[in-house]
Amino acid sequence: MEKKQCQCGHLNPPGTVLCEVCGRSLTEKEQKSKLVDMRYEGTARRSQTYNKSIIDKVWNFFSSVKVGVSLIVLLLVAAAIGTILPQKAYIPATTAEEIKAYYADVYGSVGRVYHFLGFHDMYSSFWFILLVGLLAISLIVASLDRFVPLYRSLKNQRVLRHISFMNKQRIFADGPGAEDTMQKAEEKLKELKYKVTTDKNGLLAEKGRFSRWGPYVNHIGLIIFLFGVMLRMMPGFYVDESLWLREGETRAIPEAPGYSLENKGFQMETYTGEDDEAVFNEAIDRVGSVAKNYQTDIVLYQKPEDSLPGAADLEKVKESSIRVNEPLKFDGYAIYQMDFRLDELKAMRFELTNKESEESLGELTIDLINPEKTYDLGNGAAVKLLGYYPDFSGFENGEPQTATPLPNNPGFLVEMTTPETPDGETSFITIKNTVEPFGENQYKLAFQAAETRDVSGLTIRKDRTLPILGLGGLIFMIGVAQGMYFNHRRFWIQQKADGEIILAGHTNKNWFGLKKDLDQVTEYASLPAYVDQQEEIEKAEKLESEEQS
Amino acid sequence: MNEKKNKKKQNRLIMRSAILLVLIAAIGYTIYNSATADDVTVLEVGDKAPDFALADLEGNDHKLSDYKGQGVFLNFWGTWCKPCAKEMPAMDRQFDVYKDQGVQVLAVNIAQSDFEVQSFSDQYGLSFPIVIDKTKSVMTAYNIRPLPTTVLINPEGEIERIVTGEMTEEDIKGFMEEIKPE
Repeated sequence: MEKKQCQCGHLNPPGTVLCEVCGRSLTEKEQKSKLVDMRYEGTARRSQTYNKSIIDKVWNFFSSVKVGVSLIVLLLVAAAIGTILPQKAYIPATTAEEIKAYYADVYGSVGRVYHFLGFHDMYSSFWFILLVGLLAISLIVASLDRFVPLYRSLKNQRVLRHISFMNKQRIFADGPGAEDTMQKAEEKLKELKYKVTTDKNGLLAEKGRFSRWGPYVNHIGLIIFLFGVMLRMMPGFYVDESLWLREGETRAIPEAPGYSLENKGFQMETYTGEDDEAVFNEAIDRVGSVAKNYQTDIVLYQKPEDSLPGAADLEKVKESSIRVNEPLKFDGYAIYQMDFRLDELKAMRFELTNKESEESLGELTIDLINPEKTYDLGNGAAVKLLGYYPDFSGFENGEPQTATPLPNNPGFLVEMTTPETPDGETSFITIKNTVEPFGENQYKLAFQAAETRDVSGLTIRKDRTLPILGLGGLIFMIGVAQGMYFNHRRFWIQQKADGEIILAGHTNKNWFGLKKDLDQVTEYASLPAYVDQQEEIEKAEKLESEEQS
Repeated sequence: MNEKKNKKKQNRLIMRSAILLVLIAAIGYTIYNSATADDVTVLEVGDKAPDFALADLEGNDHKLSDYKGQGVFLNFWGTWCKPCAKEMPAMDRQFDVYKDQGVQVLAVNIAQSDFEVQSFSDQYGLSFPIVIDKTKSVMTAYNIRPLPTTVLINPEGEIERIVTGEMTEEDIKGFMEEIKPE
């Protein structure tokens, strides 16, 4: 493309629509139209200017609004699809196979396809992140391409414009004026807080130019926001972990080096419906029970600075309770009460009894978390634990197996010795049945009772990106307000040698406000009456179509 | 005039290339980070192995730093984990060969009871020290996810290799050879 020389002599960059100096239309299309296209002040968007190297081509691709809108549409569609079924982080499965099976089992063939296409992990899939990244590039490139020429053009704008620029503005007036018209118009415009510059026989009044930067400020906010989201994936900025903590357990807090948490007890309270709580009676009758409180009593420990992980010398930091919406806060972390499981097995009580006479030789309690080797019942009776399988899952090569370390289905291999059977009898006991591998026994361990404990589901959060996200959001909103609630209004007025006044007005939005301003100036300075050329065109078109029908 | 124009053109190219490059690098880094987020390897080969202190079944403390100058074969396991149980006898046999050559095996059990660990050790007749990570703090510090995981530490105290999953006796022999002091 070549530079365009305007009739006024100015050499405009290629792609320019309206001459940078005088405002004459430079393209044929523009010359024919009744009103000028004031977008970007008729400057050449930079993307249209050069198209030579590969870099320029890539740049121009991202500068296109069509590309930007397409990216937004793609992202919207993808984000919407991601909400149809729960994402993988929110389903009760952890390994890849379990997750796959879960979608197939719960959602059938839809779930299978959903999982196959990778929609179960939409928001951290590489292509979703790539789309967001491309949108960020598009935002930056498109903004730069438009902001720079617009800024230059507004900064260097001339007071005197060519008549062909003026009479193609939406607001236009043309008529005789008095000697002091220009002076009075300037006075009034200044009173209305316009910035007025004069040049020879003309003036330019301008107000609210900064409103034109609104979209770009808005984009800066978005970019900062996206940057904050990007930081979340860097180690140390964002922690979102969960921890199942059983009553009595002390565990290292994931992603919080040096800190450990002990569960002193979990409690769930419901409303009784008595006294003050009578208001809940209706709800209790309807649904059975209404939760009042979920609470975990905890002790927070920190490892002394010179101590090593694993060492027993933990220092108590604080003892408190975590309730729903009342997290434990320390060192930038917050630990929330999120979930619970009631009544996991903790201990089992047995009675050693003679099968025939049902005579009891005493009781023993096996702690399922920390079982002992032998339980001496006195009077020559003892139970020796030969094997313990907390989550018994069957035999393999005659060997009892455990599926997990949790006491979900405890199995015990025991040897019972009594004065009557000094050589000992062996028995394998599970909740459902008892196996006597070496023949019929005289004694048995009869199950008496079980003790249980609750499990608290906690979430550990840390988010250092929040201030950045907040800043991005704030700048975004400032940009929106700047562009929406303020208007860039301009008037160009010239008085010819014969006293004739030519006036043109433009605003980026709120033409009503512009006209109200102009009405005041017209009255004070006796300007010629103006026409809204767009309204005229619309009226003419309407009339035409009415005549045709 | 032409020279000025060329210079402007060149500046434009540099400017645009720089902006695009920075943005593409940022996207690439983000995607890389999210792809590896599932197995956040806070620990990597070549890192210094974090020191720890854990007690064994007799109540003796074992510090990793005690074994400086030796190769340490650090194995994380649990009695419920079948591949762990399978590789234990092979580890014990190879430990017998390499213990005189400066290789130490340390088996870290994940928060199980003394009774379970002791009976497991007795059943397989294991001769290397077994320590129990009662609060899972060493497991957290090493970011151990699947079991078994074996961290191979060279005599300088640096991580030589991280192995997840079951190892054959051949593997174990090769790994001990790798961390054996010169």
